[in-house]
Amino acid sequence: MKKEGRYISRTLENMSKNLSEQRFGLFLILPSFFILALIALYPILRNLVLSFMEQGRFVGFSNFSTLFQDERFRSVLINTAIFCLISVPLELILGLTFALVLHQKFFGRGFARAVSFLPWALPTAVMAVAWKWIFNDTYGVFNDILLRLHLIKEPLAWLGRPNLAFFCIVLAEVWKCTPFVTVIILAGLQTIPLELYEAIRVDGANSWQRFRLITLPLLKPAILVALIFRSIQAFGVFDSIWVLTGGGPGGSTEPISLYIYDTVFRYLKFNYAASMVCFSFIFFLLFILIIYLTFSRRQIEY
Amino acid sequence: MSIKNAPAYRQSNKKYRLAPLDSKHLTGLARIFFCLAIISMVVFNLAPFLWQFFSSLKNSKELYLVPVTYIPAKVSLTAYEKVISNPLFLRYFLNSVIVSIFTTFVTLSLASFAGYALSRLKLKFKTALQFLLLLACLFPQIIFLVPLYELMARFSLISKPLALVLPYVTFSLPLAIWMMTRFFLTIPKEIEEQAMVDGFKRLAILRKIILPLSWPALATTAILIFIGPFAWNEFLFSLSFMIKDTSKTVPVGIALLSGTSMYEIPWSQICAACVLTTLPLVLFVIIFERKIIEGLTRGAVKG
Amino acid sequence: MAEVRLENITKLFGGHIIGLKDFSLQVKNGEFVTILGPSGSGKSTALRIIAGLEHPDKGNIFIDEVNVNKHLPQERDVAFVFQSYALYPHMDVYENIAVGLRIKGCCKAEIQKRVQEVTGLLEIGKLLKRKPKALSGGQRQRVALARAIAKRPKVFLLDEPLSNLDASLRERMRTELKMLFNKLKATVIYVTHDQTEAMSLSDKIALINNGMLKQVGLPDELYYQPKDLFVASFLGSPPINTLEADIIGENALMCGKICLNISSDYRLKLKNKNKVILGLRPEDIKVYLEPKENTYLAQLILIERIGKYTILSLNWQGQILKAITERDFIGQHKRDSIWFQFDMNKLYLFDKETLNTI
Repeated sequence: MKKEGRYISRTLENMSKNLSEQRFGLFLILPSFFILALIALYPILRNLVLSFMEQGRFVGFSNFSTLFQDERFRSVLINTAIFCLISVPLELILGLTFALVLHQKFFGRGFARAVSFLPWALPTAVMAVAWKWIFNDTYGVFNDILLRLHLIKEPLAWLGRPNLAFFCIVLAEVWKCTPFVTVIILAGLQTIPLELYEAIRVDGANSWQRFRLITLPLLKPAILVALIFRSIQAFGVFDSIWVLTGGGPGGSTEPISLYIYDTVFRYLKFNYAASMVCFSFIFFLLFILIIYLTFSRRQIEY
Repeated sequence: MSIKNAPAYRQSNKKYRLAPLDSKHLTGLARIFFCLAIISMVVFNLAPFLWQFFSSLKNSKELYLVPVTYIPAKVSLTAYEKVISNPLFLRYFLNSVIVSIFTTFVTLSLASFAGYALSRLKLKFKTALQFLLLLACLFPQIIFLVPLYELMARFSLISKPLALVLPYVTFSLPLAIWMMTRFFLTIPKEIEEQAMVDGFKRLAILRKIILPLSWPALATTAILIFIGPFAWNEFLFSLSFMIKDTSKTVPVGIALLSGTSMYEIPWSQICAACVLTTLPLVLFVIIFERKIIEGLTRGAVKG
Repeated sequence: MAEVRLENITKLFGGHIIGLKDFSLQVKNGEFVTILGPSGSGKSTALRIIAGLEHPDKGNIFIDEVNVNKHLPQERDVAFVFQSYALYPHMDVYENIAVGLRIKGCCKAEIQKRVQEVTGLLEIGKLLKRKPKALSGGQRQRVALARAIAKRPKVFLLDEPLSNLDASLRERMRTELKMLFNKLKATVIYVTHDQTEAMSLSDKIALINNGMLKQVGLPDELYYQPKDLFVASFLGSPPINTLEADIIGENALMCGKICLNISSDYRLKLKNKNKVILGLRPEDIKVYLEPKENTYLAQLILIERIGKYTILSLNWQGQILKAITERDFIGQHKRDSIWFQFDMNKLYLFDKETLNTI
């Protein structure tokens, strides 16, 4: 351990002492730095500026006041919130289950892992088209299976009725994004030393206890990472909903990102859209802050 | 009675490598349950793709049969013929290929350089870069849409491939840099020090010593970039920035085909197009599964 | 071959952790000098500073009277052999040796000649096409040495090259190394924590602890004329026995309950002191099975049979002493008491506070 510490401090000393090596390091980082600053940082700052302007003139908070009175905005916010609250926990539970299964050794594990990773690797929009075909009211296989199992009496208009459509978009999203959670939790599972399980087995614990006392607590960091990333990504969901329902029927499945897109490309109101983005951005920051505070405190208690 | 005969030890000896859910007493039942879990998992993940696949092989009459047939009675490739002979679809495909390959190549180059620098520790700029990387990977695309559109318009990049490559590279960098940095950290510093004493110049060390050793990591990262959310599969930016029909990428092409048509939606062609777009990826993932999963899961959890 | 001089090198880590403090060393042309010391004493740091892999905070390094402080490792014309050998994993043995020569500018023919020379010297001719992962530890080490020798550097710097080898291989390689560098008449600076290695290989030993040079000299000098208790106890296996004693009267020491007479030479040096530490090497203790003239009684606690000799642990007045005897000195019978005797002239005296030799 001592040797490691010295190794790192050596590297630091090496680097900071030699100016030309510093310049070399800078040369290596600069391209990435530049492109990130341009495409990732600049837009965020520009959004802020745009939201306070209208067609090139500074208008103060007028965009935001319109925003707060916008009914459609309120409804998309609610839609998005409900969407996240339903899909993210589902993905966490499903992802956890899949990871636990895939962590075991069994015949065909490679294939099972590949298949479980597949939804993440396939284009969201293309698979949403596939889902559209599956949920087709007349020719869709989903209705067909339900009819054959006698769970429904006649075909349902899955994409035509608000609640059913909501179910469809949640299913499509959960299907697509569970692999993300699965991989993160698999990584977390691999960090748990096997000796802990052996020790607690010697103490007489059964499977459920082992899961509760060792697996779950030690997975907390992984679950947290998955939770944060998935929540934010779910909030920004666009691809699958644009394809599946376009926000319909009657805006019942419209998420905030779709409204922003429409505002830009259909109504051509850039600044208003920018104010919506600002609002969402602040929302994200608050969310991250809350999660961070809650969980980092718990870590200390631990 | 020796400890080796004790039931607990015997059980644990057999399956002690299996972690949380193996049960001690209900081996038979638990095993069945476990198999069911695996099967449901596989079916759940594979079903949409499989359904598209079978649908694409049906001729148009069978496709619109109610009740639905699962395995096509007569395999017909007419849908595929129509799709492949459609020059617009081929154009979309080509665009996707060009954009994805460029993205992968540029991201790999930038990530190798940055990863190397980060792995050898720098002071001020390291934190700045990491902050930017966090920004890029934490927030959803919609946040960046409006100003980026403005930017692309200002530089007349609308409907040009560069309009996509730039953001794709940017948002692929966090994962790519993370992977390359992690990998470079596993190369012992002594090899580089030996190279220094041997007389290699700094850039030469990177080119002749480090990069040749990095092929596995480079390959895995390339795969992850290509099948990731910012290359082949990306939708929002492509939809927004590629206005001209001949510049669009495949996901946008297929989505537009399935949605905005006033006439009856050509489902058989759509299914065929879907399969053509996704089949290469499916095969890719199945063949390189090990590389992908291990590349992502080895090492500590991110953050 | 060249001479190396370190002048007052000071190196601090993180601003306050002492790597080296005022470290000075002179290595003449063709000398084999070992920097010896415990883990973390700064010996590797010193070596790396000579190579240019670290920069000193204060002090100068001279290779052949040229100040190389500002020179990069690439420019110093030294060869460095790492503890882990640092072979390039993606190149085969021939490439590993050749790559440094190619950078130096040697032509193809010259490279081939040197590689053949060096692989013949180290007997690795058959391994030329293999990659490092297909080599054993000993083979890798030879390749690392071959690479260093082929370079024909001004100085050889070796950082614990034998530590990763198993014991029997280590002994063999030690002999080979000595013969090798004798033949090459090379300037070698060697770092190790193993005092046997240092004693057997070097022309000179520089003993270092906590970043400071303790003593420099011939191996025998350090062994028989240690400057302080640290040097005395570092060299020698088993280490030197230490006893506390009080000074009473003009020429007597009180060690526990035993009174020892000391010669007049010591008397002068002991003038102002009350307590002193005695040092007695295990090989200077003679052990007897029966009481003889001038022997002391001790309790035998432990017998360690090393093979060629036996180490006895004796309890004398509450202190543990170790003595070396012949292999078959003690039979299989259990013994409790043993008598021992030591030569007063072979006794070392150390000041209790400064731990310097008196």
